[in-house]
Amino acid sequence: MNNPLSPISLQQDFPFLKSGVHFLDNASTSQRPQVVIDAITDYYTNYNANVHRGIYSWSEQASEAYEATREAVREFIGASSVEEIIFTSGTTHSLNLAARLLGQDLEKDDEIIVSTIEHHSNLVPWQLVAKDRQAKLVFLDTNEDEKIDPQTLRSLITKKTKILSITHTSNVTGYTLPVRELSDIAHEFNIIVVVDAAQGAPHQPINVQDLGADMLAFSGHKLCGPTGVGVLYGQRDLLNRLEPVYGGGSMIDKVTLERSTWAALPAKHEPGTPNIAGVIGLGTAIKYLQNIGLDAIHARVDELYNELWQGIQSAEGVTSFGPKDRAARTSIVSFTVAGVHAHDVASILDESQVAVRAGHHCAQPLLQKWGVPSTTRASLYFYNTSEDITALLNGIKKAQQLLT
Amino acid sequence: MDIYQEEILDHYRHPRNSGSVENPDIIQTERNSSCGDELIFSFKLADGKVAEVMFTGEGCAISQAAASMLTEDITGQAITKAKQLTPDDVIDLLGIELGPTRLKCALLPVQAITKALADK
Ligand SMILES: Cc1ncc(COP(=O)(O)O)c(C=O)c1O
Repeated sequence: MNNPLSPISLQQDFPFLKSGVHFLDNASTSQRPQVVIDAITDYYTNYNANVHRGIYSWSEQASEAYEATREAVREFIGASSVEEIIFTSGTTHSLNLAARLLGQDLEKDDEIIVSTIEHHSNLVPWQLVAKDRQAKLVFLDTNEDEKIDPQTLRSLITKKTKILSITHTSNVTGYTLPVRELSDIAHEFNIIVVVDAAQGAPHQPINVQDLGADMLAFSGHKLCGPTGVGVLYGQRDLLNRLEPVYGGGSMIDKVTLERSTWAALPAKHEPGTPNIAGVIGLGTAIKYLQNIGLDAIHARVDELYNELWQGIQSAEGVTSFGPKDRAARTSIVSFTVAGVHAHDVASILDESQVAVRAGHHCAQPLLQKWGVPSTTRASLYFYNTSEDITALLNGIKKAQQLLT
Repeated sequence: MDIYQEEILDHYRHPRNSGSVENPDIIQTERNSSCGDELIFSFKLADGKVAEVMFTGEGCAISQAAASMLTEDITGQAITKAKQLTPDDVIDLLGIELGPTRLKCALLPVQAITKALADK
């Protein structure tokens, strides 16, 4: 056994898993370990105060814990400075913020490239900004093998291309894009690169320098942290140059009735009372993951994914979607069961305590391309076990027996 | 409780009034945005009544069974009555309890019917 982790002992860290659930909806949200729950409770119980305001000790303790997470995030994604780490409410907020910030630079007929496999949250904000600025969206499509070819990007770039925004890993298929090759091409043309790492960050070491990301977004709740907290990384010169899009407390330097000047980074882009408990919980989650090791997490999930992949490929009447190249993907599989609607698959699995997602997974254009209204999606994290996969495969058979 | 009761499975496997009526007076399409399912209802009206109603479209067992049961239910019914269908009516017909997500599946045909008949 070259199993780097013992899932059984890891499961003990997660109170919700003790219910016996086969939780295979991790791409939607992960579970929280007890240490994260405790960190949140500890803040509310023992030093509940606003950050960056009070001169009293509890406020200072809260500010320290809050800023310690900023440093933990900086290290987690290889940013060069804590000034580059903006706390948000999640990936969706981060990507909307990125779009609004970068939208300032857009002129009429400028072009923004996004891929055709994006989560709605890395598509709709760009649609909104494009409309606002009279800019154009250009779509980077997959090849026949359902993968993105960097050369396709090259063929789409024009003098008007200003932004490339792409997902690191698809939330529908678990396919990881060649982000570095794409960003290298974009940078040849001074195109700003935004990366949606909502699915990437939970599963492997992320480094903004290695990826060539000028901006990068992820959520706390998909990597064992709390809901309602996320991160927007932005390259320092960019964040310095761009005007804030939200105004309010904390983000100002001097305010008169007519105008204001801005606080230094990162406060400039982080107005109002933040999600203090959430940020503290996120810091604890990152430490928890780092203790296990992101490489070990990736290896464990990939090993389980072999079982899931083979089980789905060999199940009769089951069709999976996305790249056939197993090595290009991990952790997630979306499938349909002939004659059984995705909602029914999920309902019948639910009766066996198997939690999966059914629907369009916030990627309607991708499902339109496949010509299916919905799929069932199973997604893994490091605390899953072979038993979870067996329960899934048995549940699919049960659904087929009942409904076909 | 198991939602896949025999009667629901029967309506799912053998939907009543499946298809489209000829020369319809109304065609109504309704989508469930959470799963992308689409049901298309067509109606023939006469003498203030629903003379004929049929449906097509993809859906899960719950939305298909609900559509099938409802078309049976409202055929021959006064329009004034049929347009007042409520969520409770379809839950009664199905005879099961549903969580909020699956409830949307059951309500899809209710919405299609009430919208179609709203200004008739
Ligand atoms: C690839 C991807 N991008 C963005 C999001 C949006 O994340 P959130 O809902 O946490 O804002 C998700 C999660 O649903 C995702 O999987």
